[in-house]
Amino acid sequence: MLITTKSVGDTLTTYRAIFDGAGLDWFLPWNTCMDPCGPAIKLEQTLLIWVPLVLAGIAVAFAFRCGMFNIGGQGQYLAGAIAAVIVGAEISKSVDLPPLPLVLLTVVAAAVTAGFLAGIAGFLKATVGAHEVITTIMLNWIVIWVGTYLFGFDGPLQNDQAKEIPASNFVSDDAKLPQFGVWGHPDLQGLPWISLGVAFAALVVYTLLLNRTTLGYQVRAVGHNPEAARYGGISVARSYVLAMAIAGAFAGIAGSLDVLGWKFRLDTTDFAGTIGFIGIAVALLGRNTALGIGLAALLFAALQTGTSTRNLDPEIFPPELATPLTIIIQGLIVLFVGADIVVLTLLRRLRRKRDAEAPA
Amino acid sequence: MRSIGRRLPRGWRAAGWGGVLVGVAAAFVALPPIGVRDPAVPVVIGLVALTIGIGSWIRGERRLGAYAAAAGLAGLGIGFLATRSSVENLDAVVIWGALFASTLRFATPLVFASLGGLFSERSGVVNIGLEGMMLMGSFFSVWGADVTGSWQLGILIGLTSGAAMGLVHAFFSITLRADQIVGGTAINFLALGITGYLFIRLYGEQGTPSEGLSTIPDTSLRFLYDIPPDRLGGFLGDAFAGQDYLIWAAFAMVFVVWIAVFKTPPGLRLRSVGEHPRAADTVGINVFLTRYAAVTLSGVLASAGGVYLALGFVNSFEPNQTAGRGFIALAALIFGNWRPFGAAIACLLFGFSSALAKSLQEYSLSVSTLFEALPYVLTIIAVAGVIGRSTPPASIGRPYVKQ
Repeated sequence: MLITTKSVGDTLTTYRAIFDGAGLDWFLPWNTCMDPCGPAIKLEQTLLIWVPLVLAGIAVAFAFRCGMFNIGGQGQYLAGAIAAVIVGAEISKSVDLPPLPLVLLTVVAAAVTAGFLAGIAGFLKATVGAHEVITTIMLNWIVIWVGTYLFGFDGPLQNDQAKEIPASNFVSDDAKLPQFGVWGHPDLQGLPWISLGVAFAALVVYTLLLNRTTLGYQVRAVGHNPEAARYGGISVARSYVLAMAIAGAFAGIAGSLDVLGWKFRLDTTDFAGTIGFIGIAVALLGRNTALGIGLAALLFAALQTGTSTRNLDPEIFPPELATPLTIIIQGLIVLFVGADIVVLTLLRRLRRKRDAEAPA
Repeated sequence: MRSIGRRLPRGWRAAGWGGVLVGVAAAFVALPPIGVRDPAVPVVIGLVALTIGIGSWIRGERRLGAYAAAAGLAGLGIGFLATRSSVENLDAVVIWGALFASTLRFATPLVFASLGGLFSERSGVVNIGLEGMMLMGSFFSVWGADVTGSWQLGILIGLTSGAAMGLVHAFFSITLRADQIVGGTAINFLALGITGYLFIRLYGEQGTPSEGLSTIPDTSLRFLYDIPPDRLGGFLGDAFAGQDYLIWAAFAMVFVVWIAVFKTPPGLRLRSVGEHPRAADTVGINVFLTRYAAVTLSGVLASAGGVYLALGFVNSFEPNQTAGRGFIALAALIFGNWRPFGAAIACLLFGFSSALAKSLQEYSLSVSTLFEALPYVLTIIAVAGVIGRSTPPASIGRPYVKQ
């Protein structure tokens, strides 16, 4: 963005505009809120994206700690969303459940479906040694096409009202999550506080699971050195399957929260979303720690909302250009964080040079 | 003659191949132009193929036997369904010439990209950035053809952009020894962002110019229509006469790559670097140089797939044009067991499933989407080792550290 802003305006102004666009200026004490509160709406959109990014980030990080690269976050997220729509919109029609059990059932169904999906990849790695990157990529696309089949044109679960729209039915009102109603303002699209709570809880669960349980110990041991772990009596195969299934469950919960919290239905046209892939960037940048994932997800969520056509001030920077730039930034972050050895090599080379010069 | 005779499959191996053919025949008899209406015929032929398949599976020809059994079952199913559906519907969907032509068009970008992947992965560098490299080729070929007014230069610029992406991937995964999967993911992000940004910056709402864009011309092999008998000539004409140059280049490339990788000294070096880089280094092969060359070449070939897609197939560019084709190409490479002909056959199979999905759209929109998932399902089955085992190059994904 540094390079491109020269033609459009001052770099700092652009950053400020993105910052404002993400609604982060809501936190600034001197910012007085007008009615309806602009920054609050934008902040709420940032937080709406933050929730699935945190969960998708955990989905990648948990598998990472077991020595696996879960590139299937997108498929697991979608599988969760599909399961949530099937339970929340279709099954809820015939079975009458009060809101709380219905929501619980939906989220659990999403977690189980996505966990099972990811578990396939773990199972194939454990039994026949199929590389999890290959299998999760394939599973991503299988889920995308199965979803398109289910909810797309003429699909068995396409919505009943408008056959020209390739989308599912809306989830029943009982399954929708309660919302903040944005700082008391009824006109604004709400922020489901349960989703926020789940995201925070997921970060805590992730840390505890990994550092305070036997399973977490086994997962980390396998991640460090599978041979040593096997020698130490840990079932490597079991760890692979469980780690992938748990990772998938996190991503699946993200899908269900999005459906129950603000999407309310699945539109096949936005299946090509990138939540799962940004999850990779989140986990890499967050160094697989809970705090890191939370902050990295906030950065990416803010970047995404701040550069959206809706929120970025078009007089400062054209938002339709900013959106692809955000993708480039994400790519660069992945590239350079992935190559942290650059820094290490440079440091080592510097030290060697100093050592070589020292005796002289 | 004797050497050819010796290389022909014998015994149960030949039976396996025969089973595959019989399985295909089971479906074929029920479809136009033969169009048998009695469901018993495809069922019986399919069962014969299944029996042959199981027979050769028991006798040790696992992979071929499984293929024959699968072909038998598929032929049985498709043939049976065909006899149940109306003649009009069948005639609308199954026009062999058009179906074959569209299979070639869908397969060509995949062939290029999976041959690209073959170079990179055979040298020991995982390349899941194929998708991004294709996308770069797509955009820059259209942009190049638009700016220079010549499709030849458009192709050249497209290929250069792919080479640049390949170099980036090579630098990060070979020199900096970054995780190759992370690098590939980053390549995909970067390509999506760069092409999206430039597309909006340079073309915006109107999209790439449709009028006056210099695109790859079609070869016009009209004489194919005159080949007797009429039906054969019509089929050959429909299938091959209107294809453009890059389609022929793609299939020529399969032979070229096979010879280059399996029949020449540089190809041997390439493979040895991918199998055991330390041993290769010991006998004096430059591992870094070989890998750099392979990954850059991989970018060039992958972007050729994108070039065809944009400048040959649809004559325009749109954001995220490749839409997952890079991953199908990767799947084809794995399905084809990291071999040029295997990959090409897999590409044709996957291209056929796309072509079928396209022509089934008139018949049923929802069922046709399921065919799009077929390549991915088959690949999972292939890596799961149900139909013979896919074995990747031994040191794939591992950076080499010189000692």
